[in-house]
Amino acid sequence: MSEQKLPFSRRQFLATTALGAAAAATGSLAMPAVLRAQGAGVKLGLLHPVTGALSYSGQQGRVGATMAVDEINAGGGIKALGGAKIDPVLGDAQSTPDGGTAEVEKMNSAEVACIVGGYASSICLAVSQAAARYDLPYVVDVGVADSIVTRGLKNTFRFSPGFGVIAKAALDNLTTINDQAGKPAKTVIIVHEDSLFGSGLAKLLNAQLPPKGFEILETIPHPTPTRDFANVVLKIKAQNPDLVIPANYYNEYVLLARTMQEQHVRPKGIYSVLGGASSSYKFVKDFPEAARYIMDCNHWFNPKSAKAQELRKKIEDKGQFFTYELYLNYSAILLVADALERAASIDRAKLTTALENSTFASPIMPYGPTKFVNGQNQGAAPVSTQVLDNDIKAILPPEFANAKAVFPMPA
Amino acid sequence: MLSPLILISVVLNGLLTGAVYALVALGLTLIYGVLHIINFAHGALLSAALFAAFFAYQKLGLDPYVAAFLLAPAFFAFGYALQRFIIGPASHGDDRNMLLITLGLAVFIENALLYAFHADTRTIDLAYGFKSIDFGFTFLAVPRVISFAAVFFVALALWLIMALTDTGKAIRAVAKEKLGAELAGIDVAHIYAMTFGLGTACVAVAACLLIPTYYANPRAGNAFVLVAFTVVVLGGMGSVPGALIGGLVIGVVESLAGFYFGESLGQVGIFLIFIVVLLLRPRGLFGASA
Repeated sequence: MSEQKLPFSRRQFLATTALGAAAAATGSLAMPAVLRAQGAGVKLGLLHPVTGALSYSGQQGRVGATMAVDEINAGGGIKALGGAKIDPVLGDAQSTPDGGTAEVEKMNSAEVACIVGGYASSICLAVSQAAARYDLPYVVDVGVADSIVTRGLKNTFRFSPGFGVIAKAALDNLTTINDQAGKPAKTVIIVHEDSLFGSGLAKLLNAQLPPKGFEILETIPHPTPTRDFANVVLKIKAQNPDLVIPANYYNEYVLLARTMQEQHVRPKGIYSVLGGASSSYKFVKDFPEAARYIMDCNHWFNPKSAKAQELRKKIEDKGQFFTYELYLNYSAILLVADALERAASIDRAKLTTALENSTFASPIMPYGPTKFVNGQNQGAAPVSTQVLDNDIKAILPPEFANAKAVFPMPA
Repeated sequence: MLSPLILISVVLNGLLTGAVYALVALGLTLIYGVLHIINFAHGALLSAALFAAFFAYQKLGLDPYVAAFLLAPAFFAFGYALQRFIIGPASHGDDRNMLLITLGLAVFIENALLYAFHADTRTIDLAYGFKSIDFGFTFLAVPRVISFAAVFFVALALWLIMALTDTGKAIRAVAKEKLGAELAGIDVAHIYAMTFGLGTACVAVAACLLIPTYYANPRAGNAFVLVAFTVVVLGGMGSVPGALIGGLVIGVVESLAGFYFGESLGQVGIFLIFIVVLLLRPRGLFGASA
């Protein structure tokens, strides 16, 4: 094949490759959008990224939200509105902010009373702004960026904790765990993905960990997706830190943990903040060895709540994993239903006021009664978890803990 | 910390990763060399093959290395059928059409996978999945060493097919001079489909080698194919040894650049090489002059 003549010149090859790649990027995202359930009632927009890069999380969020809607409808609908059923208007944000805004337009024309969802911070930022133009109430399900609720948008409410609260709790809990064990951990390596989430967290950790007595040996960024963590693990191995703090998404988190196991790297602890896999039942089920003793500080349900355990069982009986996307969306729908009962109207202004004054206490989340200040629920807080006995246990704060931290990890 | 032993580990890691790049690139370069089209469906086919390997293990209990012997022929047949009954007829003999059809196939396959299996990431946990060979200064994961050896085996097999069999000779004839081959009585449509089948079979083998340490999801294949495009250009379009050496080179460069400049910049190393090759040796390491 050494003397072949190519009908394509190299330039054409490169040009078509680039064009094709661009077309592939847009093409694969061109999926249908608003699906509408039949019947009259209170229309509620459920907006999740169910296709594209975030589709797993988006689909989990949709499952949680629709479950709550079904339960409310089965229980007699919204009583203050004469038992009106909730009519979910499902939307797909296609894993992009633009996809999210387009759905807001459609949902607004469909005259929804409120929108719940978003998942990714970038999508929540765009959606909240688009919904604000129509004074359409919007409840954020997961998005943690602090800026979502600091821009003075009257329509935007976040039931779950933001990044600042989570990071502070994570660092306090880490210090507590280390102190209780007699301060075995002094050195840290941070492995983070290089977009807004991982880099932001790494920056914060670099500022906050040294004053608490930890020395950061190295901060290692990596892209998403990363195919191979062998070199990252080599670096960790060479410097032998007491603690490894990963801040990345599910696939990379799992690859990193697996490679560490493969290379026999066992630090005294692996501790994550909003870790991609560390509080995922799927990870624990698939790789019990690699997951054992990993700690995380993340959205978590109240393990002492009977209602939460009941919901977990219901989900697991269906063969699905009880992830935070699921119960945060479930809770957000209950929050909106409670506001609808009190507003006794689908009027947007009345519903917004009802949300502002909400004292709803989720039976699932460890938050206590809701109190919104500038749209942020003040009671919202994360939980520190650890993988113990092939399960994920809450270890801090003490009032919700169902296990004691095992730290340092046994060799 | 920069002892020479670490450097050796980094290079070894690069070679192990590079071997898989090489295998994915082999399929791509073969299809390019003969059909003169960029197969945009390559990544989607790799994702599909990862799912196939996953389900072969989960539903049938087949070890991925055993499954390779079943999936390679199955994907060969699938690739053959794709080219013979979809890409070929739909392109009406125009290369540009073929390009767009493979692009359409990529969108279709990816979304079909998403529809059928959801975006869930799936992994398998094999008894030997975490076994590693202790070299004293580094551990090499057993599945990755096996895949390294297997890639050379596949490349050799492919080279033998091309060099010795009648089909191989016909493939080379079509690649060099399509009209002449047709006049000599070679069924060009059949040879096109055979080549596409061989390229797809390479992807199936790559999937079986990857699944013990990697994961399957509807977009998993894309991570490899962008690199494979670079390998093809570096090694020379249509060249089998080029893809093999190119894959290894890219693997080592990525590994070294990632180690010294951070994983985020590891990719930059690849594309720097890519630009240097384009400037100094535009036909690639083993490519014919255009």
